[in-house]
Amino acid sequence: MTLQETQDAIVEEFLQFDDWLDRYNYLIEISKELQPLDNKYKANEYLIKGCQSRVWLSGELIDGKVVFTADSDAIITKGIIALLIRVLSNREPDEIISAELEFIDKIGLKENLSPTRANGLVSMIKQMRMFALAYKTKMEQNK
Amino acid sequence: MFDVNSVRKDFPILGSTVHGKPLAYFDNGATTQKPQCVIDAVVECYTKTNSNIHRGVHYLSDQSTEMYENARKNIQQFINARYSQEIIFTSGTTGSINAIAFSFGEKFVKAGDEILISAMEHHANIVPWQMLCERKNAKLKVIPVDENGELKLDAVDSLLTEKTKILAITHVSNVLGTVNPIKAIIDKAHKKGIPVLIDGAQSIQHVKIDVQELDCEFFVFSGHKIYAPTGIGILYGKEEWLNQMPPYQGGGDMVDCVTFEKTYYNSLPYKFEAGTTNYVDAVGLSVAIDYIKKLGFDNIAGYEKDLLEYATNKLQTIEGLKIYGTAADKGPVISFLLENIHPYDTGMILDKLGVAVRTGTHCAQPIMDFYEIEGTVRASMAFYNTFEEIDRLYEGLLRVKTMFG
Repeated sequence: MTLQETQDAIVEEFLQFDDWLDRYNYLIEISKELQPLDNKYKANEYLIKGCQSRVWLSGELIDGKVVFTADSDAIITKGIIALLIRVLSNREPDEIISAELEFIDKIGLKENLSPTRANGLVSMIKQMRMFALAYKTKMEQNK
Repeated sequence: MFDVNSVRKDFPILGSTVHGKPLAYFDNGATTQKPQCVIDAVVECYTKTNSNIHRGVHYLSDQSTEMYENARKNIQQFINARYSQEIIFTSGTTGSINAIAFSFGEKFVKAGDEILISAMEHHANIVPWQMLCERKNAKLKVIPVDENGELKLDAVDSLLTEKTKILAITHVSNVLGTVNPIKAIIDKAHKKGIPVLIDGAQSIQHVKIDVQELDCEFFVFSGHKIYAPTGIGILYGKEEWLNQMPPYQGGGDMVDCVTFEKTYYNSLPYKFEAGTTNYVDAVGLSVAIDYIKKLGFDNIAGYEKDLLEYATNKLQTIEGLKIYGTAADKGPVISFLLENIHPYDTGMILDKLGVAVRTGTHCAQPIMDFYEIEGTVRASMAFYNTFEEIDRLYEGLLRVKTMFG
C-alpha cells in the first residue's frame, strides 16, 4: 500500500464510527497493536518531551527505507503513534519528508495534534521527518 | 443566601457548550472566569476613558489616573494594607515574585546566605529564587512536606537560620490544595527577624486576607485568579521594606529626575511601576474585588467547602482513584490519579464530555517528584461550580475507567 492508500484506509476505518466515543475506543484498540518498544529505546536520548505525555521514538534505515518504532506513556498518544507508524514507517526518506498527513484531521483527532496540547506528537512528526532527512543525506553521501 | 444559579448568570462563558456538551469548568486553579461586570468595566475604559495615566493635563488622562489610583485604594482596603503606596501593580504573581527576588536580592542577599521556600511551591516561587541564588552564590533551602501534603512544621525552626534572608512560601498549594498555617510560620520567622513573602495566588480568591493581621512583609497575587482580567497582579510590601529596595525596572514614571549623569527615583509606589502600567485591567481588578465583596467571603468559603466535601466523598467511591493532597485544611482543589491511567488520557475523555480539568505537573514538578508520579488530573473548583457538575465529573471518570481500565 502506498502512503496515500494507507491514509485513505485509516480514514475509511474511522469513518465507520459516527460517535467520537467509538473512535476513541477504536484508537485504544489500535494502541494495543503497537509493537512494544525495546527497553533500550526508553532512554532520554530517544525521549520527545511533551508537557502532558511522553513519546519515545527511534528510526533505523533498513534497505533504503526508514523503519520507526515508538511508544508513549499515554494510551491516546500511543494510538496515534500506531497510526503514524502505519503511514510513515517502512517508507523511503523522500516519501516521509514530503508526506502530507491529512488523515488525523479527517478522522476527527485533530485536537491531539495541536501544539498547545504539548503531548509530544507534533514534535514526534517533526522528529520522524528529521530522521528521514538525515538518512537521505547519508544515502546520498554513500552513493 | 448564596444562590449558585443566580451567580452563574453573572458569568457569560459558563453558559457555553464544548463538544456539544454544557461546559463544566474545573480549571479555576489555572484561571477563573470573568463576571459580566468585569468585562463591561474593561470595555468601558477603552470606550470612554482610555488615556495614559500620570501623563497629560487633559481631561481623559485625569479620569484614567483617578480610576487607576482608586483601584489601588480599593485593593489596599481589600487586603487591609496600611498605606496605598504599599500596593504595587505588576503583571501577576510571577511578575511580583520576580520583582521581589531581584530587588530584595540586590539589596539584602550576599554569598553564603540562604533563601527558604517549601517543597510544594509553584515554579513561580522556586525559579526566581534559584536565579537569585545563582547570581549571588546563595543557597536555596526547602521545607519538606509529608505524605498528606502538609508541611513538616517541626523542620521550620531548624531551617530558619541566621543566614536565612527571606522565607517565601505559598498560602495554598496549587496542586494539593493544602492551606498552610502561614500565621504560625510568619511568627516563627519573625522571632528570628526574617521577612516573609506569601504567595497568595491560590488563596486570594477563597479566603479573606488581612496583611496587617498576618504581618507578612510581602503578599503577592494575580488578578486573573480572582475573576479579574489577565495581565494584572499585585505586589504588596511593607513600606519600610519597599523603601529600602532598589527599582527592578527603569523607565518612565518611576523617576523623579533624569539626567545623563544621574537619575533620581520616584517614591513609592511609582518607583516599582516603570513604563505604562496596565491601568485598564487594574480597574477590572478593582471591579472584580467589588463583586467578590458583594458575594461575601463567608458565603464563598462556605459553599466552596461544601463543594470540596461533596466532590471528595463522591470521587473517593471510585475504586482505584487516589487523591494527592489530603491535608486537614484544604482549598477546593482535588488532584488525583485513576488507577494507572495516564492523566492525559483521562483529561482528553473528560474534555470530550465537556468537563474541563487540568492534567500534568501543574508547574510544580518538585512535588510530583516527591510523590514519584509524572503528573495528576486536577479539578479545581470555584463558587460557580455546581453539585451536578461534580456528578458529571464523577460519571466521566467512570467512563474513563471503563475505556482504559
